[in-house]
Amino acid sequence: MDIGGIYFYFFNVDIMLKVFPALLSGLWVTIKVSMTIIAIGFSLGLILAVIRSLEIKYIGKPINAFIRVYVDLLRASPYLVLVSLVYFALPFIGIQLSTFWATVVSFGACLSAFAEEIFRAGIEAVGRDQKEAAKSLGLTFLQTMRYVILPQAIRISIPTLTNRTVAITKAISMASAIALPDLLKQARSAQALVANPTPLVQAAIMYVILFYPFVRLTLHLEKRMGKES
Amino acid sequence: MDAIIENFFNMEVLFRSRYLLLDGFQTTLRLIVLIVLFGQAFGLVLAVMRHANRPYLNPLLIGYVDIVRSMPILVLLMLIYYALPFTGIRFPRFWAATLAMSLNGGAYYSEIFRSGIEAVEKGQIEAARSVGLTYLQTMRYVVLPQALRIVLPPLTSNTLELIKASAVASVVALPDILKMARQAQSLTLNPTPLVGALILYLIILLPLVQLVTHFEKRFPHHA
Repeated sequence: MDIGGIYFYFFNVDIMLKVFPALLSGLWVTIKVSMTIIAIGFSLGLILAVIRSLEIKYIGKPINAFIRVYVDLLRASPYLVLVSLVYFALPFIGIQLSTFWATVVSFGACLSAFAEEIFRAGIEAVGRDQKEAAKSLGLTFLQTMRYVILPQAIRISIPTLTNRTVAITKAISMASAIALPDLLKQARSAQALVANPTPLVQAAIMYVILFYPFVRLTLHLEKRMGKES
Repeated sequence: MDAIIENFFNMEVLFRSRYLLLDGFQTTLRLIVLIVLFGQAFGLVLAVMRHANRPYLNPLLIGYVDIVRSMPILVLLMLIYYALPFTGIRFPRFWAATLAMSLNGGAYYSEIFRSGIEAVEKGQIEAARSVGLTYLQTMRYVVLPQALRIVLPPLTSNTLELIKASAVASVVALPDILKMARQAQSLTLNPTPLVGALILYLIILLPLVQLVTHFEKRFPHHA
């Protein structure tokens, strides 16, 4: 194929300008969903990690076992299978979620599972000594967590967590399969409308622009952490 | 409770859709084996090329890895399956999926292999070269055997993620396990086959998750 053909089919500026508003609205959906998933995933993950390190008498063991099963199952489930289950299967028992919330629930649950593992590893890394020292100073469990353990644990968790978050927010494009009007879905619709694959190329470029800084950030954080440890 | 069993764990429906599910599972298994194999081979080649440190190759390699890592795997698959045919290059579904996921996997694997190669002490490479081994021999007999052992934990967790991503092949209508489960669902008007698909995936992936957890405990900084 000649240069003109490549230009016409993949980098057609007329088409790019025409479909840009639609793609922008898709990008906005992608960003909104990502933000919601990050908020839910991080907070749920942190809560679960703290519960798991509580070591409550009697009921602690079954609760921990339950959290472990939750985490393992979600870490092992392909995102697309999960989101299909939530969107196509749950309505059969009367739970009908919009595409937005079906995406948020399935991906948020996945992120919470990864975040739990990462935060827990961080909490364990801070160590028992500090916990006991704080306790002997008269701090309650929650105070110990709030002022001693978590500030350090979260800091340790940041590189791994960023890495995982980038991976999961990238995977949100899979929700276009349940017709979430995200960037990829808008690009596919636009492609069908103009009978030209330029919108797909354009969406790919927009994705790269969106995620490239975070990919670089992850590498940078990992390198810095590697030096410290 | 009855509604949950009736709709999600309906043995009769599962039995009726067994051929579809197993058919799809077979396709998924073939896809998984190929993408893990090709992805790792490609990643290894990229890593060795990057380590060879050729000034004209480096920008290309870095650019490739960064761009692929910034692009969702489904976007790459759609570019290959829906956009590439306009240039006259047309892949069947299965090979489009294999190509997209191997290209994506290769970028991630290459970073992992590279960190392993870099972790092997430089002196060993110099020693190997000074006893007369060529660059490729040094890689084959001295560096890679050690590097592979170092990177086993991230290698496993990356393989887990790559296998999870294989489900996106159903979006281009490859008759994989997810696609077949959706088809069985619309035939039986019952979502049990979807649960069946998830269970088949879990059979492969849960042991991998256990392995990753095991590595994370043993080498907390490498996973």
